[in-house]
Amino acid sequence: MTVLGLSTLVFCGSLVAGVVGSLTGLGGGIIITPLLTLVLGVDIHYAIGAALVSVIATSSGAAAAYVKEGFSNIRIGMLMEIATTTGAVLGASLALRAPTSAIAVIFGLALLYSAAMSLRTPDLGGAVDKPDPVAQTLELDSSYPTSGGFKSYHVHHVATGSAVMFGAGILSGLLGIGSGALKVIALDEAMRIPFKVSTTTSNFMIGVTAAASVGLYLKNGYIDPGLGMPVMLGVLSGAFLGARLLPGMKTGVLRHVFSAVIAILAVEMIYHGLTGKL
Amino acid sequence: MDNKPRSWSDQQIETIIGDLLRAGVVFSGAIVLLGGIVYLVHQGHTTPHYGVFHGEPSDLRSVRGIVRDALAGQGRGIIQLGLLFLIATPVARVVFSIFAFAVQRDRLYVVVTLTVLAILMFSLTGAQV
Repeated sequence: MTVLGLSTLVFCGSLVAGVVGSLTGLGGGIIITPLLTLVLGVDIHYAIGAALVSVIATSSGAAAAYVKEGFSNIRIGMLMEIATTTGAVLGASLALRAPTSAIAVIFGLALLYSAAMSLRTPDLGGAVDKPDPVAQTLELDSSYPTSGGFKSYHVHHVATGSAVMFGAGILSGLLGIGSGALKVIALDEAMRIPFKVSTTTSNFMIGVTAAASVGLYLKNGYIDPGLGMPVMLGVLSGAFLGARLLPGMKTGVLRHVFSAVIAILAVEMIYHGLTGKL
Repeated sequence: MDNKPRSWSDQQIETIIGDLLRAGVVFSGAIVLLGGIVYLVHQGHTTPHYGVFHGEPSDLRSVRGIVRDALAGQGRGIIQLGLLFLIATPVARVVFSIFAFAVQRDRLYVVVTLTVLAILMFSLTGAQV
């Protein structure tokens, strides 16, 4: 296959990933690596580098739309970024040393987790209870717009949240994924932040986390322009198309189909990792 | 409700940050597209080898080398420059946040944000890990 042929295939695949990612809110980045490795036979190191690029592009591109809704909490985002960026640097340096088979198996497990997470129904309760002194000292409590005006909320368990964020950062740096699902868990379940605030704040953090590991990938030759170009342009075009299609679309069925695809890719990744075929 | 005034100015900051990020993505995307066209015109007919990891040549691994290749009109160098701008976008967001928190006289978050920037700089320019 020529460069032109491969670029076209990667662009089309990334376009689909971008559309589906933005429609389901799962981020298309997670299927870029399986697509490149399993379908197109690209080495997993190059694939992870290209996926990181797509993660930064979608996170930054979507942020403008998200922040205008006024849900994200930039203080929580910035504070948690200390944990995610430290983890990301550690994860990226692990990726430089870990054997391909180990990365593939961990990637498969992360995919399975992500498939299971996407079927979870979010707890939209967002209980407003008594304030947490640590969160108050760190000025994390805030409010967000609802149909009935601004609603204030209290933040809890900052230490637990940071620990989960550190783990999310490691996975992000190691696998070249946004770890959005894990970030939402930290914000939503551990810190008891309202779901809408969790998802938008998480998206906001993903780009910075990916940027923290991408430097190491670039210096070690993992970022290939010939793959980065079609992946970035494809995912961005897809995300743009997805945002156009989104109003009035029923995404429930799509989420289930996408989860099933992710689960199949997960099994393939684990199988290929264990048999050393990647 | 008592913290609504702060939320409003936070809201303004977030809107600027959101626009900044989108501008960065559009700008870097345009450069990547330009480089992609040059690359495909000149090397589109060649056969790529991605099956085995070799790592990029040294000039596509450093800012100086990338700028040199891009200025020489090489497609791969121009694409890589666009990707560098893309990577710089979230970093610019962090830098802008430092100023925003400083304007709000929020010293705690100036320090928090400086810490994040230091970690980013360590990764982007720092020593071999």
